[in-house]
Amino acid sequence: MTTENEPGSVSPVPNTLPALPTRFAADPAPTSGSTAPSLIRDYLSKRGSGSVPDNSFAAVMLVCACSIFAIVLFIFGILVIHSHLSLAQFGWKFFTRQAWDPVSGDFGALPFIYGTLATSLLALAMAVPLALGVAIFITELCPQPLRAPISFLTELLAAIPSVVYGLWAVFILVPIMRDTLGPFLYKYLGWTGFFEGANFGVGLLTASIILAIMILPIISSLTRDIMNAVPNSQREAVLALGATRWEMIRIGVLRNSRIGIVGAIMLGLGRALGETMAVTMVIGNHPDIAKSLFAPGYTLASVIANEFSEATGDLYLSALIEIGLALFLVTIVVNAIARLMVWAVTRNAPARVH
Amino acid sequence: MNFQSKSMRINSAWRSAMNYLISGLSMLATVLVILPLLAILFYLLYKGASSLNLAFFTHIPAPVGEAGGGMANSIVGSGIVLLLASLMGVPIGIAAGVYLAEFGRGRALATAVRFTADVLNGVPSIVMGISIYSLIVVEQKHFSALAGGVALAIMMVPTITRTTEEMLATVPHAIREAALGLGVPKWRTVISVSLRTASPGIITGCMLAFARVAGETAPLLFTAFGNQFWSFKLNEPIAALPLQIYIYAISPYDEWHRLAWAGSLVLIVLIMVSVTLVRIFANRGVLKGAS
Repeated sequence: MTTENEPGSVSPVPNTLPALPTRFAADPAPTSGSTAPSLIRDYLSKRGSGSVPDNSFAAVMLVCACSIFAIVLFIFGILVIHSHLSLAQFGWKFFTRQAWDPVSGDFGALPFIYGTLATSLLALAMAVPLALGVAIFITELCPQPLRAPISFLTELLAAIPSVVYGLWAVFILVPIMRDTLGPFLYKYLGWTGFFEGANFGVGLLTASIILAIMILPIISSLTRDIMNAVPNSQREAVLALGATRWEMIRIGVLRNSRIGIVGAIMLGLGRALGETMAVTMVIGNHPDIAKSLFAPGYTLASVIANEFSEATGDLYLSALIEIGLALFLVTIVVNAIARLMVWAVTRNAPARVH
Repeated sequence: MNFQSKSMRINSAWRSAMNYLISGLSMLATVLVILPLLAILFYLLYKGASSLNLAFFTHIPAPVGEAGGGMANSIVGSGIVLLLASLMGVPIGIAAGVYLAEFGRGRALATAVRFTADVLNGVPSIVMGISIYSLIVVEQKHFSALAGGVALAIMMVPTITRTTEEMLATVPHAIREAALGLGVPKWRTVISVSLRTASPGIITGCMLAFARVAGETAPLLFTAFGNQFWSFKLNEPIAALPLQIYIYAISPYDEWHRLAWAGSLVLIVLIMVSVTLVRIFANRGVLKGAS
């Protein structure tokens, strides 16, 4: 469609209109330059072919698009190159060793992997039901005038910088955990073994709570988009069979959008795995594997944030960069799977009856 | 006549109870979500506003133990780093979006770029920080504002690319065809017709990317590094507002905590104001396109 309209393809015209071009070819500057067609012809022939600027423009755009590949490859390459010391020394065992001793040069990432997984999964466990509740409320139950303000408010949560969440957590959430919520949990759930030991307010649980608050808007806004993509005929069909509103939501909406919702949850997981500042400020920063959620921990991202600038020795630095490499690869995989799931639902919008 | 058996009536009551239960739970969830947001905003206003004064905007940080001092150098530093990031990130992001929407429709390469951009969007910011550290800071042998700008620029690109593509996709084909039919070259059509028509949306997208990186701390930790004094040179460590908030928040001094709250309030207000301002302008005549 587009190539035929391009000025570069003016040249085929002679084949269809033999009379005109011969006249102009013989006399490129006609004496009566005032007639409209000859002016345009003139202009076009003076300007010459448009293919050079066109092609170079397209090439520049292509290069910029490919720079996104280049960025990903460059990050991967540079992380591999700079972590080769630790890669060579510890190999795959790096991820199963528990030692973290900068003085004697003994490094293992297991405590950080544990801390990352524990906080992220706990945060998901708290955020997913809430996010689903919010999404269901906004798309299905909320009266129309309230819809926009509530979704605006939840989206505002996403606009708050991570470091501000951290600041709030340090000065508001930590005291609450230490004086109110922690003793409460210890009293009633202490027997499970998850809520015992010294409670300083900082630790895995506090980090999980702040993470949950941070990933909530991502999950709920994506879930909302996905639920909005379910056609209304689905809802009407289920309602027409005599379903209650909740049955309509469960059968007509949630079942049709479950792949997308799982994708949204995984995107939230990806965000939680890599979240740095707020977690670093409240997790306690101690490489331990403790069962108690009051215990201080450490995550992959927070050990980099805390120790990178004071890392002395090449092996120490390279171990930290290897942790970054692991974080990079894990988040890429989680995000890729999540994106594919979300695309699968929102792209071909008609929902499948199942 | 009653057509319902006893079990059906119980069933119906159960279903209706379930319906109310779920409705109530989802309302409760909404309240629980909005509560922390209001709490955060309330404490920011309460603690931040009481610590704000003129010195905050005009002075550089005071030495430990001395009262007073401000974050003037951090605000300016953040501005410099963000300007650098926008200068690099916005053109590349928009160009990549133009490729996806105008040249690459339906091509496998475009799908791959789109997917990579989405995945890159989820890469943790701390990873950007250490890779830029390894590339620029290690080579230069010192921290620099430039390195911070590059790290933030990389984070801006995928967001801008995707919003630009989505906004260009909403431009009607008829407008492009009209321009091409007049003999306007393709590059000129893209710049003066497609981009111009979609410009309000694209500007909003750029502002969203800007707002996202404006609050980023992690990529700046090992690139811009922070600075307690004035610095305007691009190859020297430079202060940034989020960095300074982080340093003050984890410090043991009450005076610095006060400044951290004030800094957070300023950061949030700056982010919100810049986004709202551009949205207003984008909806007014100045930047509004041909549509």
